[in-house]
Amino acid sequence: MSLGADLGPPEAPPWLFAPRHKRLFIGRRGLVASTASSLLIIGGLVAVFFLAPGSANVRYYFFNPHNMWLSFVGDPAQGLSSVGVGLLTNIWIFMLSEVLVLLFGLLIAWTRMSQSPVLTPFRILSTVYTDVFRGIPILLVIFLIGFGLPGLGLGFISNQSPAVYGCVALTITYSAYVAEVFRAGINSVPHGQLLAARSLGLTRPSTMRRVILPQAVRTVIPPLLNDFISLQKDTALVSSLGAVEATRAAQIFNSTNFNASGLVVASMLFLVLTIPMTRFTDHLIARDRSRRLATT
Amino acid sequence: MSDCVLELDRVVKRFADNEVLRGVSISLHRHEVVCLIGASGSGKSTLLRCANLLETIDAGSITLFGQSLLDPRIDPDLVRRHIGMVFQSFNLFPHLSVLENILIGPVHALKRKRAEVHDEALVLLERIGLRDRADDFPDKLSGGQQQRVAIVRSLAMRPSLLLLDEVTSALDPTLVGEVLDLLRDLAASGTTMLIATHEMNFARDVAHQVAYLDQGVLVEMGSPEQIFTNPQHEATRTFLERVR
Repeated sequence: MSLGADLGPPEAPPWLFAPRHKRLFIGRRGLVASTASSLLIIGGLVAVFFLAPGSANVRYYFFNPHNMWLSFVGDPAQGLSSVGVGLLTNIWIFMLSEVLVLLFGLLIAWTRMSQSPVLTPFRILSTVYTDVFRGIPILLVIFLIGFGLPGLGLGFISNQSPAVYGCVALTITYSAYVAEVFRAGINSVPHGQLLAARSLGLTRPSTMRRVILPQAVRTVIPPLLNDFISLQKDTALVSSLGAVEATRAAQIFNSTNFNASGLVVASMLFLVLTIPMTRFTDHLIARDRSRRLATT
Repeated sequence: MSDCVLELDRVVKRFADNEVLRGVSISLHRHEVVCLIGASGSGKSTLLRCANLLETIDAGSITLFGQSLLDPRIDPDLVRRHIGMVFQSFNLFPHLSVLENILIGPVHALKRKRAEVHDEALVLLERIGLRDRADDFPDKLSGGQQQRVAIVRSLAMRPSLLLLDEVTSALDPTLVGEVLDLLRDLAASGTTMLIATHEMNFARDVAHQVAYLDQGVLVEMGSPEQIFTNPQHEATRTFLERVR
């Protein structure tokens, strides 16, 4: 018998047909199947919710429209702060933190990757910093800052509002994460780029600024936005210091009126903030992916 | 001796306990083209990088225009502005247009006026027939075009010599010709070049000197005639037979 695939043409097409079970959900039947399974699963979950023995209670306790509205707008007469207004506190906390995190994170990444002998102590410090603050639960950092700094009796530093301390704590923790994101981004730029830039006689800082960073930014943006999304949610933890933001306002409403609808309102408000960001991040990731697939 | 541009003397380079260059001496004179040949891993690329101070050497000396580059007062950035380097993988900056790739060195390293360099860059692009691609990004160009832009990018620095590291090895075979033609032009106009290459016919045509490297040792060096038709060493002969 000769070596090679000279067996001649097969007799009839059925050779190439997929087995029946593989053909079950092709084309229109696939659409029908996906619709049916979606209806079944989602409908099932909704049914469980409504048919559960305590369903009416839960619906009243968490989803009461009147209380939801009341918690959203607040009631000064009753001494109730509004969840909606509270959210503004969350917003300025994360906006301020995000700006500080960007600056501080880049600074830490930069010192950690620097090669200047003068910066050696800072290089060690920034390494320790990223290790320590990625390792401590953020709630503990908030407590340590929020109760520690006022205790120091340092005038201006010790006389800030809980929201400010929350902001500081979030910045400290998230800078450690973001510094690592920056470092990974910088390391993702091919070494040849550095060689090419240096061999043109560009200095190290100039190479960083004009060649490495512009390329690193593209890979850094999606993970950076991911960190910002969790930062936005973690502003809720600042409530543990007594800052009246959305979560805290909802808790107060709950303990005054014995109704948790405020918590649902707060959750929904957070979603309004984070979902556009999540969608945008996914869009960027998908675009980056298709661009990379197109070039290779 | 006065026209000696670059001189490497008994250069030794180790990576951990792997000795990549074992005392290589080579000199390059004005308007001279020297081709380095040898198998992959023989130390050709490392030699070029050492000449450019992209690697620090462990022993020996490197001299540029009679000035030792191991002198602690030397600024490597200033040295590299006189030495053009072209890489196997082009290494164009993907976030910059073709024109900006060419401008970045003269404008930001040499601090020359942008407008002035801009015109020069267009002339250079004209010369390689890519003037109409000035505003394109590198990934829109073929490999051969990218490599020619990379060569022009280093020429825009008006270097005293060019180091070329297997510049056609990453190219589709049909694109090798256009890059080699450009190098032939440069050689004909007197550009001083140290070229690591696997293109034996090219080396034979343009080189004034051919050096054969084997495992970090410069086995022999001589005119192309001598190396290709009458190699003195067994190792050179074996290598040439295998690449032929």
